[in-house]
Amino acid sequence: MSNHTDRDQTDADQSSRDQVGWGDTEPAGAHEETAHHEEATRHLEPAPITVTDLSLSFGDLRVLEDASLSIEPGEFVGFVGPNGAGKTTLLRAISGAITPDSGTVTIDDTDVHAVSSRASSRLVAVVPQDTSLSFSFPVRDVVEMGRHPHRSRFAAPTHEDRDAVERALERTRTTELAERPIDEVSGGQRQRVVLARAIAQETPALLLDEPTASLDVNHQIETLELVRELVDSGRTAVAAIHDLDLAARYCDRLVLLADGAVHDVGTPDEVLTADALAEAFDANATVTTNPVTGTETVTALPDAAAVSDTGGGQSGDSAARIHVLGTGTTAASAVARLATAGYEVSVGPVTPGDAAAETAARLSEESPPESDDSNRAVETVTVEPFAPLSADDRAELESHIRQADSTVFADLTLTAGNQLVLDPLESVEQPILVETTPLAERNGAGAAARERYEACRERGVEVGLADLLDGVEGVLSGSGVGTVEVNSSSPAVEVDGADGADRADRADGVDRLNGADKADEADGADEANEADDRDDAVPESPMSRDASDD
Amino acid sequence: MYQPGRTASWSAGLLVLLVAVVLVSAALGPVRIDPVTVAMAALNAVVVPIGVSVTSSSVTVLGIAIPVLVPAFEYTTVFAFDVDGSHQLIVETIRMPRIALAATVGFSLAAAGTVMQGFFRNPLADPSIIGVSSGAAAGAVAAIAFPMLVPFGSIHLSAFVGALVTAFLVYAIATEGGRTPVATLLLAGVAIQAFLGALISYMLVHSGDDLRQAVVWMMGHLNNTTWSDVGFALPVALLGVGVLGAYVRELNVLLLGEEDAHHLGVDVERTKILLLALASIVTAAGVAVAGVIGFVGLVVPHIMRLIVGPDHRILLLTSALAGASFLVATDTIARAGPAEVPVGIVTAFVGVPFFLFLLVRREVHSL
Repeated sequence: MSNHTDRDQTDADQSSRDQVGWGDTEPAGAHEETAHHEEATRHLEPAPITVTDLSLSFGDLRVLEDASLSIEPGEFVGFVGPNGAGKTTLLRAISGAITPDSGTVTIDDTDVHAVSSRASSRLVAVVPQDTSLSFSFPVRDVVEMGRHPHRSRFAAPTHEDRDAVERALERTRTTELAERPIDEVSGGQRQRVVLARAIAQETPALLLDEPTASLDVNHQIETLELVRELVDSGRTAVAAIHDLDLAARYCDRLVLLADGAVHDVGTPDEVLTADALAEAFDANATVTTNPVTGTETVTALPDAAAVSDTGGGQSGDSAARIHVLGTGTTAASAVARLATAGYEVSVGPVTPGDAAAETAARLSEESPPESDDSNRAVETVTVEPFAPLSADDRAELESHIRQADSTVFADLTLTAGNQLVLDPLESVEQPILVETTPLAERNGAGAAARERYEACRERGVEVGLADLLDGVEGVLSGSGVGTVEVNSSSPAVEVDGADGADRADRADGVDRLNGADKADEADGADEANEADDRDDAVPESPMSRDASDD
Repeated sequence: MYQPGRTASWSAGLLVLLVAVVLVSAALGPVRIDPVTVAMAALNAVVVPIGVSVTSSSVTVLGIAIPVLVPAFEYTTVFAFDVDGSHQLIVETIRMPRIALAATVGFSLAAAGTVMQGFFRNPLADPSIIGVSSGAAAGAVAAIAFPMLVPFGSIHLSAFVGALVTAFLVYAIATEGGRTPVATLLLAGVAIQAFLGALISYMLVHSGDDLRQAVVWMMGHLNNTTWSDVGFALPVALLGVGVLGAYVRELNVLLLGEEDAHHLGVDVERTKILLLALASIVTAAGVAVAGVIGFVGLVVPHIMRLIVGPDHRILLLTSALAGASFLVATDTIARAGPAEVPVGIVTAFVGVPFFLFLLVRREVHSL
């Protein structure tokens, strides 16, 4: 015991030497107490974290391989990567919970593996993935446990301790839960309590292992907002985050881990690229910009290889050309799916800033036209908003449609200005229609336009978004023979638009890493007439379909 | 947040209860003595040291005589109430030693049980979960049935050594690379207990005339207690529980799991060995003098957890005090009831229904 106390003393001395200043949240009256050792160890200056050549094995299994990393003070860094990439292991090694085979971790220039757990717990607090709280301590007592590293064995809680606990409760809005037993609060509340415990620990660095894993959408955002606030008020935070969109949205930098090694480090837009994700996750993903948050959003799609097995776009030497007519999220989704599946895609007419235009730009950016393999460049016919289709644009459009092996109508919106797009469509033999909203809601160009559109539909094939690739494939193989009745021959093709309600269900064929349809609110900015009352999330119902058929 | 005042008031209350139980217990028996007389007789027996003299003596260890200085205290009585001489004798030399030992053993077992349940995060844990009681029983039975095999004549000492050796063995088996996983410890404890159970059975089969004594010892008994038994168990209990009391916050934090505890500044492995060693020593001292008295260490901590909550800062001391009262009360039934029975039987008879009642009413299912 005496040995223990001596070491604590040394730690305290060490920490007070390291101390640079007080954080923003420091109460004004705290100075007089600084003479006391326990108080002197508090410092809320964010700490730098340096990981050098960290290697770690569990038995024969190499979990981390020469991982090196430098995290600046006051940064919020996210660890992303596939399952088993070593995110949690790296976090545990940084926290000092497991000792690496080789390499060092320093937090605030202190080697966390060389000091006592008491000393390291004053440097770094950890919010674990799951805390087993199967006993009925009141919430406040659980938060108070965060003060353990700062308290001497026999002393009662000091004012400092009580203040820290109350501040942490307030900050996480758990004050009203303070007297409730921890095993009787909800999962989201429990996560906040554990975060409060870490806040009460008043460490310059904070590690979080999948802090949002078991939370609903609202609590995920709440938790990460809180971490972001903590970082902004003077802490360094590192979080393993599974959800790439959330990681991109909240983290300053991301560390992409794959197979126990640091694959990439950088800002979210540097790290989250289709190529990097393909390498790290072995996934066929597109990265687009979320129109709401303005940050990267990642959508994983069925594997390109799997698609081509069933006769997809890459089966031949030259990919089939598809033109997508339409705007908004439906068109954006169609473009992304087709381009990722290997088709040569063009889209238009679209206005700048439209979801489809953004997606096309993003895909092209990642895949410069000169690169041969996995060319996802999307040619885009861009027009001015609200302007009638100019002769040039129309010519360009006609040329695209003429060159295309097939044309997809993705919730094509008809307005007085753009109904001319219907002209070149007369030449399309078998258009593919993806409709998530009834035409009546998209038609601002009157009965004549509707009739022309209906005529196209008569000739065409209707598919849901999830079945788009199958539909395109069916039409392409059908057009080769000329007379194949696609409507009845391909079971995958959505023949009857009336059962569109189950398209939403089947959309699970596309595994979106991000929450679906986040972009809905903003996609229609250019569609002046329809934007207000459109709702992409509502699948077409038989009733509304009838209405538009009248 | 934790209020030290709450611990103090609960402890004071339980201490008053203990004194009351002790007085009532000492009043009961073949000769009825009223509690006031008991109190006076007890106070008459209180002595305080007024002087000390040191004499030289020597202890022979392995044939070598080691000189030691033995302090000898001079005592004086403080009170001189007028109590009937035979009553004074019954209270002072017959009932009080037994009651004091019951209180000491109950105190030890309940405290150790509280620590073990918290340490193992397992509501089934009891003080002898790592084989302490089995080791003590093996030592005691060996000393009873095969006295020639045991180098130290005393049953108590043999049981104490057996208990500690077993605990250490289990700990050593479960430790690898400086880490002692709790689950491994638990399994090693179960395995060693099974082995020792077989060993004890073997010794009982071949114990001949000593069988009855051995069986009674194993059931837990407080018969023929002398003040020297108390003198052995009480200091260990007070010291052990006192040091455990300094680690109550670590016990709380350990409930979160070892990794969380590490992140909160607990030196997990060091704290674990310390808690385990202290709880085992305290248990061993109690079991060595009183035999295997089951159930106190399992049920009393649960009952107190229901009443005062899971926080070890209040739970440890209140459990220990409640355990003392519980064992004094049950031993009173054991000796003053219709037929004298080993106290271990009474603790189970009394404790189990009460515990089951609480279990059904308050839905006890975890720590």
